Amino acid sequence: MAVLEDLRAACGDARPACDGDVIAGVPARFVAAPGSADEAAAVVRAAAVHDLSTVVRGAATKLDWGSPPERLDLVLDTRRLTGIVEHAAGDLIVVVRAGTPLADLSTKLAAAGQQLALDAPLPGATVGGTVAVNTSGPRRMAYGTVRDLLIGVTIVRPDGVLARAGGKVVKNVAGYDLGKLVTGSYGTLGLITECAFRLHPVPEAGAVLRRPVDGPAGLRTVVSAVLGAQVVPAALELDVPAGGGLELAMLLTGVPEGVRRRVATARALLGGEVAVSDAEPDWWSAYPWGAGDVGLKLTAALSRVPDLVAAGLAARDRHGVPVAMRGSVGTGVLYAGMPGATDPAAVAAVVADLRLVAREAGGHAVVLTAPSAVCDGLDLWGPVPGLALMRSVKFQFDPGRRFAPGRFVGGL
Amino acid sequence: MTSATRADGAIPALATRLRAVLDPAQVIDDRQELRTYECDGLAQYKVIPALVALPHSADEVAAVVRACAEAGVPFVARGSGTGLSGGALPHADGVLIVTAQMRHIVEVAPADERAVVQPGVINLDVTRAASPHGYYYAPDPSSQQICSIGGNVAENSGGAHCLKYGFTTNHVTGLEIVTPAGDLVRLGGRAPDPPGYDLVGAFVGSEGTLGIATEVTVRLVRLPEAVHTLLAGFASTDEAGAAVSAIIGAGVVPAAIEMMDALAIEAAEAAVHCGYPDGAGAVLIVELDGSAAEVDAQFDDVERLCREAGAFEIRVAADDAERALFWKGRKSAFAAVGRISPDYIVQDGVIPRTALPEVLRSIADLSRRTGVRVANVFHAGDGNLHPLVLFDDAVEGQSERAEEVSGAILDLCIEHGGSITGEHGVGMDKVRHMPRMFSADDLDTMQLVRCAFDPAGLANPGKVFPTPRLCGEVPGRHRGAHPLQEAGIAEVF
Repeated sequence: MAVLEDLRAACGDARPACDGDVIAGVPARFVAAPGSADEAAAVVRAAAVHDLSTVVRGAATKLDWGSPPERLDLVLDTRRLTGIVEHAAGDLIVVVRAGTPLADLSTKLAAAGQQLALDAPLPGATVGGTVAVNTSGPRRMAYGTVRDLLIGVTIVRPDGVLARAGGKVVKNVAGYDLGKLVTGSYGTLGLITECAFRLHPVPEAGAVLRRPVDGPAGLRTVVSAVLGAQVVPAALELDVPAGGGLELAMLLTGVPEGVRRRVATARALLGGEVAVSDAEPDWWSAYPWGAGDVGLKLTAALSRVPDLVAAGLAARDRHGVPVAMRGSVGTGVLYAGMPGATDPAAVAAVVADLRLVAREAGGHAVVLTAPSAVCDGLDLWGPVPGLALMRSVKFQFDPGRRFAPGRFVGGL
Repeated sequence: MTSATRADGAIPALATRLRAVLDPAQVIDDRQELRTYECDGLAQYKVIPALVALPHSADEVAAVVRACAEAGVPFVARGSGTGLSGGALPHADGVLIVTAQMRHIVEVAPADERAVVQPGVINLDVTRAASPHGYYYAPDPSSQQICSIGGNVAENSGGAHCLKYGFTTNHVTGLEIVTPAGDLVRLGGRAPDPPGYDLVGAFVGSEGTLGIATEVTVRLVRLPEAVHTLLAGFASTDEAGAAVSAIIGAGVVPAAIEMMDALAIEAAEAAVHCGYPDGAGAVLIVELDGSAAEVDAQFDDVERLCREAGAFEIRVAADDAERALFWKGRKSAFAAVGRISPDYIVQDGVIPRTALPEVLRSIADLSRRTGVRVANVFHAGDGNLHPLVLFDDAVEGQSERAEEVSGAILDLCIEHGGSITGEHGVGMDKVRHMPRMFSADDLDTMQLVRCAFDPAGLANPGKVFPTPRLCGEVPGRHRGAHPLQEAGIAEVF
């Protein structure tokens, strides 16, 4: 078969797809796992020649996110694109191949007392997948997200050209910041092969303070008190389980003496029954849903976060759906989960309610993942300002729409 | 040659059209008045624009850009004109669109930790508006008393405190832009992580080549509870560099670490009498900020590390006045160099922080070899060098030699894996250096974004990229229905 031969000529590890090579319900025809950026470029060129529709796969932790691909021929697997290319500890930067699991990277950096300050809500996720889907967690309050930490990127364009932007110094304004563009692009602009990141020292000490919160009104009071004070939390998280009360948790990190003093201040600030511990609660940094469930990301202007919480609670009652919520009330990002077996019409009704409130609050409600029965006919993204420009960007990078066609906003 | 034709025909017609959409006083075509705008902060490049437009609103910017697009006339945006890479250098046959009239702070929303401002708003005015609420705008370029937010967005401006707080790009969450076709588009907003491509991220730092920002939503940062600043004198830049490495290596993330060498200190003393330690071969300014509990605990370590690295004098700012004095020498350094040299080039390059001692020695060698004096002022924490290359234009050949030295310093940055610009931008000045940092494919790929926003290449042409990319046929451009889906369908059998 000519296609497979060409893929094999480009890359040592190419094979026909098997049962597991399915992306969001769509079976692939081939799988290629290039072992280097050059091999990856060669594979993508071969795929271009044969007009193969391509989806990139890392650890497959988020392959059910976004819409299913409109068509699928080739799964481009990054599991051989692994390893640290350079860790300049004194410069607090790392250059790493995209298929490297975040956890592996963390272990290596921790040995030098450093960290890539990105939480991994889905265990096993790779660096490339984290960048491509732009996941984040509690510590975004202190360190920002991928866009704030990625300082250089190498990609294979859909036409097989290998290109680089940024660099390996933190401060750099030479040329366009393509790293920002590929962050959260869901693999629609090409394959990310290598990333350079800014690192941070691992804080010496940390403490977690937890307290129950009455409801949206109580939340508003506590959060504004914390944000207006000077305790500088590294994270401020809320958990709203489907069957239980609201809990607020604050992470403080720093030097031991500093943390000790700030814990005392924060305890007074939070008021009520505050529990202090060294460890984060079980629910920390995990999405409030499981495999096969419906998962949403909700954003709002900071002062309007309690409105999102109120909307979730109201939707629970109105539609009889056990909506669970969790997320960063210190930055304006919440996640909401619903059981996968929920009636699709009820899910759609909850999404519509949340989207309305999120929009009024200056944010968005995006369905990250949902079973296919729910996905069908549901607008996953909601309104997307700037979509016309996004279409133009996609067209320039991928005029043949070969990379993850239909997976992203506006059917890109 | 096309330019001559344009100047003959298109410009007068465009001037007439612009006067119909703007107040006629907002359109300048008088040669003498135009001359006011012939350069930005990098005065060695001068071009008199064909027209200047001074819009007062986003709609007026859109009207001017649309008129340019329809006439095929290039346009260049300008804020306060303080840029140091010639990014706002006018186009001889184009319209210079000056946003300085758009100085309205639309909203300060401390509860959202955001401010919404027009592009002509002065950087420091955002902080002035926010500080009564306990917040400020973190990016602080040295020109912050006069530079505009619109210009900061174009250049992704940094500043001394971006070591801890990041650059403009980390502080812009929303934009209203006028695309090069003249359409008003909103990107992002007050909430984080808008769905779709991060076009805010792509736009910030694009140096006016993707359109013009007409409204900017910025993050506000809580004013720190405590700020501790020390000034340390060292015998040499080697020792000061070792102190920087020790501080960073100890896991401290200071708000700023700034270094000046002997010649820069001399200039600063001459200009502002900042009273830096006598006989210092280098001074460091180290600033920690944040919660008092943290800063108190870390500041002792920083002081100790400076001393261990060889600091012979350490002063700790007792109050805001003393802190301001420490910073005065640093912030006035560029201008101060005028006291010790008739002319100078401000270079802006980046190296990995650990390469600092080696690169500084190489710069010193270069200076000795060529007889060209170089004063070094830099953001030591992030390896952003600002060598000031001194010369006297009145002496034949000096200007060329200074240019050579300045270029050789960029070579050093590239050799050490750094960047040709850390915060001043590529603009006109560094266009020729871009191929030394990026391959043809890299530059081509960046220009795919350019083609997506500006297929006709009218927005600030000639800047950033040495060779424009031909964008080819772009079906539907920014208008019309779903061109990509159509294109996509055509590919599906």
